[in-house]
Amino acid sequence: MNGETASLTELDRRIVLATQGGLPLDARPYHWLATELGVDADTLMERMRSMLEDGRIRRIGVVPNHYRLGYSANGMSVWDVPDEVIESVGCEVGRMDIVSHCYQRPRRLPDWPYNLFAMVHGHSREEVRAKVEMIASVLGDRVRSHDVLFSTRILKKTGLRIGS
Amino acid sequence: MDELDRRIINNLQGGFPVCERPFREAAQRLDTTESELITRLRCMLDDGLLTRFGPMYHAENLGGAVTLCAMKVPEDRFDEVAARVNSFPEVAHNYQRDHEMNMWFVLATETPEQLEETIHEIEQRVGLPVFNLPKQQEFYVGLHFQV
Repeated sequence: MNGETASLTELDRRIVLATQGGLPLDARPYHWLATELGVDADTLMERMRSMLEDGRIRRIGVVPNHYRLGYSANGMSVWDVPDEVIESVGCEVGRMDIVSHCYQRPRRLPDWPYNLFAMVHGHSREEVRAKVEMIASVLGDRVRSHDVLFSTRILKKTGLRIGS
Repeated sequence: MDELDRRIINNLQGGFPVCERPFREAAQRLDTTESELITRLRCMLDDGLLTRFGPMYHAENLGGAVTLCAMKVPEDRFDEVAARVNSFPEVAHNYQRDHEMNMWFVLATETPEQLEETIHEIEQRVGLPVFNLPKQQEFYVGLHFQV
């Protein structure tokens, strides 16, 4: 790694540290940050754009508190999908607008037979269960079994952080 | 929460611009003014309707590592085990869920090797197996919360 690349990497790291808690609510937030970090604003904005392009930043915007918006029931639906169809079933479930995240994860047999996880939110458990059963009826015999796990307590929620 | 707050929540979950006056540009799309948008965001953050405003980073693309772990914790040990698990700074979220597999937590570390080490340390600290369920594939994610 040459000197220039190394210093950019270090700058990116400092930008992440300075913004992972949020952007300043200032009319010129990037200029404000640039001053804070001792770089010029064009460089900072160029680094932010580059992180957006290469996927280090997923998106920039608001994160709603779904509990406060009335989506108080959060159900983790889990599915045992034969490996041969995981790709098509995963894409189909991921496209459903009632699903917020959809991932393939490994089974841990015999304790855990499920390999597809889809988060379903609703205003009540009944609503979430109804949505999960709707997904089940669409998938039919392409899945072997499914379950839905509701959160009963948040034990910790500090979010992802790098550094300290 | 009024119509403008809803519009902000529904339309600003991504796409906030990177430019000199990004609030002014975003405000135009939301049919409001720069100062009103800033005020609304501040109020919704203070009020807890929004948990965050800013860039959402992708931990793996930043070179870090994230995984989801699950444990079957005996009911009479639950609080004690929760306290031990939560004492690890690598534990970002931890939820109790109504299933035999009743503790679900997200681990985040700066390198993939640290994940394995942390899982091993947690197993030793609590004396129970940790099921490591790393994401193997992320399918298209559609929902933005609509209000």
